[in-house]
Amino acid sequence: MDLAVEFAPATGVLSNIWLLVAIPLASAAILLLLGKRADKWGHWLGVASVAASFVLGLIFFLNLSGLDPERRSAELSLWDFIVVGRLNVDFGLLFDPLAGVFVLLITGVGSLIHLYAVGYMEHDPGRRKFFAYFNLFVSAMLLLVLGNNYVMLYFGWEGVGLASYLLISFWYTKPSAATAGKKAFLMNRVGDAGLAIGIFLMFTELGSTQYDEVFNGVDSLAAGTILVMGVLLLLGACGKSGQFPLQAWLPDAMEGPTPVSALIHAATMVTAGVYLIARSNPIFSANTTLQLIVVSVGALTLLMGCLIGAAKDDIKRVLAWSTVSQIGYMFLGVGLGGGAYALAIIHLLAHGFFKANMFLGAGSVMHGMHDQVDIRRFGGLRKHMKITYFTFATGWLAIIGIPPLSGFFSKEPIIAAAFEREVAWQGWVFGTAALLGAGLTAFYMTRLFVLTFHGPARWTEDNQHPHESPAIMTIPLILLAAGSVGAGFLMSTSVPNWLTPVFGEQQAAPHGVLGDSGHTIVTVLSLLVTVLGAGLAWALFRNGTATEPQPAGVLVTAARRNLYTDAFNEAVFERPGIYLTRALVFLDNRGIDGLVNGLAAGVGGGSGRLRRLQTGFVRSYALSMLTGAMLVVGAFLAIQLGWLA
Amino acid sequence: MEPLKLPPIDYAALLPMLILFGAACAGVLLEVLVPRRARNIAQLSLSLLAIVAALVAVIMERGTRTITIGGAVAVDGPTLFLQGSILVLGGVSMLLIGERSIERGGVFVSQAAVTVGSQKDMKQAGGQPGATEVYPLATFALGGMLLFVAANDLLTMFVALEVFSLPLYLLCALARRRRLLSQEAALKYFLLGSYASAFFLFGVAFIYGFAGGIQLSVVHDAVANPQRSQVLLYVGLGMVAIGLLFKAALAPFHVWTPDVYQGAPTPVTAFMAACTKVAAFGALLRVLYVAFEGVRWDFQPVLGSIAVLTMFTGAILAVTQTDLKRLLAYSSIANAGYLMVGVLALNDEGLSSTMFYLVAYGFSVLAAFAIISLVRDSDGEATHLSRWAGIGRKSPLLAGVFTLILLAFAGIPLTSGFTSKFAVFGAAFEGGQTWLVIFGVVTSMLLAFPYLRVVVLMWLSEPGESTPAVSIPGFLTSAVLALGLLVTVGLGVAPAPLIELTREAAQFVR
Repeated sequence: MDLAVEFAPATGVLSNIWLLVAIPLASAAILLLLGKRADKWGHWLGVASVAASFVLGLIFFLNLSGLDPERRSAELSLWDFIVVGRLNVDFGLLFDPLAGVFVLLITGVGSLIHLYAVGYMEHDPGRRKFFAYFNLFVSAMLLLVLGNNYVMLYFGWEGVGLASYLLISFWYTKPSAATAGKKAFLMNRVGDAGLAIGIFLMFTELGSTQYDEVFNGVDSLAAGTILVMGVLLLLGACGKSGQFPLQAWLPDAMEGPTPVSALIHAATMVTAGVYLIARSNPIFSANTTLQLIVVSVGALTLLMGCLIGAAKDDIKRVLAWSTVSQIGYMFLGVGLGGGAYALAIIHLLAHGFFKANMFLGAGSVMHGMHDQVDIRRFGGLRKHMKITYFTFATGWLAIIGIPPLSGFFSKEPIIAAAFEREVAWQGWVFGTAALLGAGLTAFYMTRLFVLTFHGPARWTEDNQHPHESPAIMTIPLILLAAGSVGAGFLMSTSVPNWLTPVFGEQQAAPHGVLGDSGHTIVTVLSLLVTVLGAGLAWALFRNGTATEPQPAGVLVTAARRNLYTDAFNEAVFERPGIYLTRALVFLDNRGIDGLVNGLAAGVGGGSGRLRRLQTGFVRSYALSMLTGAMLVVGAFLAIQLGWLA
Repeated sequence: MEPLKLPPIDYAALLPMLILFGAACAGVLLEVLVPRRARNIAQLSLSLLAIVAALVAVIMERGTRTITIGGAVAVDGPTLFLQGSILVLGGVSMLLIGERSIERGGVFVSQAAVTVGSQKDMKQAGGQPGATEVYPLATFALGGMLLFVAANDLLTMFVALEVFSLPLYLLCALARRRRLLSQEAALKYFLLGSYASAFFLFGVAFIYGFAGGIQLSVVHDAVANPQRSQVLLYVGLGMVAIGLLFKAALAPFHVWTPDVYQGAPTPVTAFMAACTKVAAFGALLRVLYVAFEGVRWDFQPVLGSIAVLTMFTGAILAVTQTDLKRLLAYSSIANAGYLMVGVLALNDEGLSSTMFYLVAYGFSVLAAFAIISLVRDSDGEATHLSRWAGIGRKSPLLAGVFTLILLAFAGIPLTSGFTSKFAVFGAAFEGGQTWLVIFGVVTSMLLAFPYLRVVVLMWLSEPGESTPAVSIPGFLTSAVLALGLLVTVGLGVAPAPLIELTREAAQFVR
């Protein structure tokens, strides 16, 4: 395998890839600048710009697929972005197979969710602003996946962070939304700082941040350097993707409007961490310790997400924790390396469809239920919202991995790959974790599904008239449901080949701890645990549940409290942080301000005293001049006579 | 007996001074010939015309490097640059002096000799047109200043000193409002000025005793090759310096400054702050660079200490001032300290940066005093700081301009205050006077406080009952403000042309 990474320059149609980023950005700018004048039609401009990007993305994608696989990439250097000393950052874009699938995901799912949002946000006075931010997000996300160097990626990375912050706290008058926005922002800063330092390290060690130069230079680095660099990138990835230990912001981010949850916090932005690791595959593949760390993070997070998801009652939070858990699977995949990179990307794409589908379904349910989010107070909705019910059902079956829906084709291979670790204990540990996660996923998603749509109605508010959402919301649901059903099979066959130029040719997987027939065994096992989990949940919740929280055992209580991770953050970071702030304020007030004020008081006092010398009497002025004259002449004489020399 | 030979005279080189002195004499005649109603406009036109003509003469002589009238006058780069600066700044001050639209009859009293508070005084206070003698007086002062910076021997320098000082003493006494304060200021200025002149003259005598001549070049040769006791030299140098330091307002010879700046009519204060400073430092530069350059190692520490003392005195005392004119007086003292830092660099950079500083500071200070002349109540100018509270709410434009000028004084980048301070500090650093630079930067920080306090007062305080109205500036004051602002910002943003000019001029003839 030739390690040298080389990108072909963009030619022909592909030299217009900058339009992908520019169109949504221009639309965002227009919506923000025109202000109220654009209120009437602004949302349609927002939808149109993303749809235009999708059409362009499709054209570019087809063009790219027409290229020779050896040279299947298009690098477009727009202008010199930062040129300082040795640092030379290109404002450049790269459209390669990996970026291509992301562009299609972002603009494709993005268009559908934009369309849905036209209906969802219809009665919101800030709809135009919402679409401006939404377009800003799409633009930044496209820049993130299209950049040809880490600084461009960081640019987009911060851009999506900004859009995410703005949209989480979109209803900023609600204290919980404002707090959630702040929380997301702060936790992301931790990760972003890691990413930034990682990029700095890249520059100091390799003198470049361009993908090709960095990847070609990885071989020359010491193992320790690669490890540090990788861990820093991983920290960034964990922050953006809500992985342990920076997962706490993602569930709270559901305070934003539901389309935001669907697009940003389920389908696209939160997968940026996976993109980062997949894009940096030469770095991560170069160090097995690094891979082990990524795999551990993924496995831990996926189990955590499942456990907490099973204990939550808020429909969006359950879905959010399920997102955390599913991204855990993706991290597991990219951490396993080799052929699993492609598997992770497939799962990412599949997840983008079925999770967006379910979030929009949840939005549709909330729409019909006066913004109720507690699944204990739903029930029996299948009769009232048929389309939502069926589309949600496809998402549910897809995520728990029932063949032939997409989740089966994307998740099962990752579980199998986890068993195929070369080191035996790792195979057992990660394989079992992934398998257990599959069972738990089946349990909590079935719980969610059954409590919402089946069983007796447990509506607590008066005058509840659940109704199906308008067509503008159900059409995207149907399209996404179609994606959830069919996409898996298509992707699992064609995407790995498609991504070969990025991840390299893969050798046949080594036989894992389960032996030659490992794959079959894993398939059977995972189907088994899935059916088991789903069946258990169905049996337990078929007849509904209490509408109030019930006393529970240790595990459930812990899960309800997010496994005490928030408490941990509060105890370990927040409180000492507050104390540190107070100490610094104290130091500033007493120490620094004291010094400054003391100095100022000294000057003022000195000034007041000196002022008295200015008596206003000519005689004292003359005396002072005479004294001065004597001093000056005396000094000259002293010098001359050698007293001072 | 050898017949007395008339030394050759280069009239072209002397033309700027001749024009001004001639115009001043003509001005005195105009007082007699022109009817009272037309006098003001006639006198103002005559002075401005003379200044413009002198400036043209200076510009035409720009290539001249000569010593004329038997070695009494040197016309060289620094002379011409400083003469040009004095003329430009003087012309701008003349606009302020000529302003009549802000107060009925102008800021000058019509008959200064009338006893303050007498019935006759009440009558004339009511708005009789101010004395037009101010124009010939100011023109004489300007002519004296031109000669002062060109003087190549110590006696000519003394004569020039008196020629420009005497009219200034008179001008100080001519305020229409607060006449007692004005007269007191004039008397103080006169007494202390004479005192300092005596020192200067006594010093000249010592130098003559040492060098056997009073021409700067003769002194220079004698310093290089001393024939007589050096005590004579050092005592003489010290005393000559004192006379010059007084005019330049360096501590401890600055004591007159606050009282005089406060008491004098504001246009005269502006004139002194801008033009006298140029003249005084011009002469100081010439004396130190041309005559005493050979003992630089001896006078640098002494004068350096004076510079440090001056900077600290100005900065620290500015902190507690409650009157704007006094505050600006102390600021002008501190600025004299910074100029001294540039002078003591004793290299070409020092010369050029000091000249740059003089021009930059002159324009800013003219604009500052122009603004002070606009904020008035029924008793005339309201210069107490408390009266300026919240003035930014009432007249944002005026407060904005003043803020910019104050920021320039504080040395904020993109204003001339920054570039000029940077230039003198840079020159002193090059000249090995790092200690002066350190003290300069420290006092600049101190000095920022009183300036910013005024800014805060203007913008962040609520306007009170007593906040005075701001007069609409007349055409002349507007012109001064516009010029001051333009130069302050222009030299901050694009100082290169003027710096280039000062560099080309930075060569004394000996």
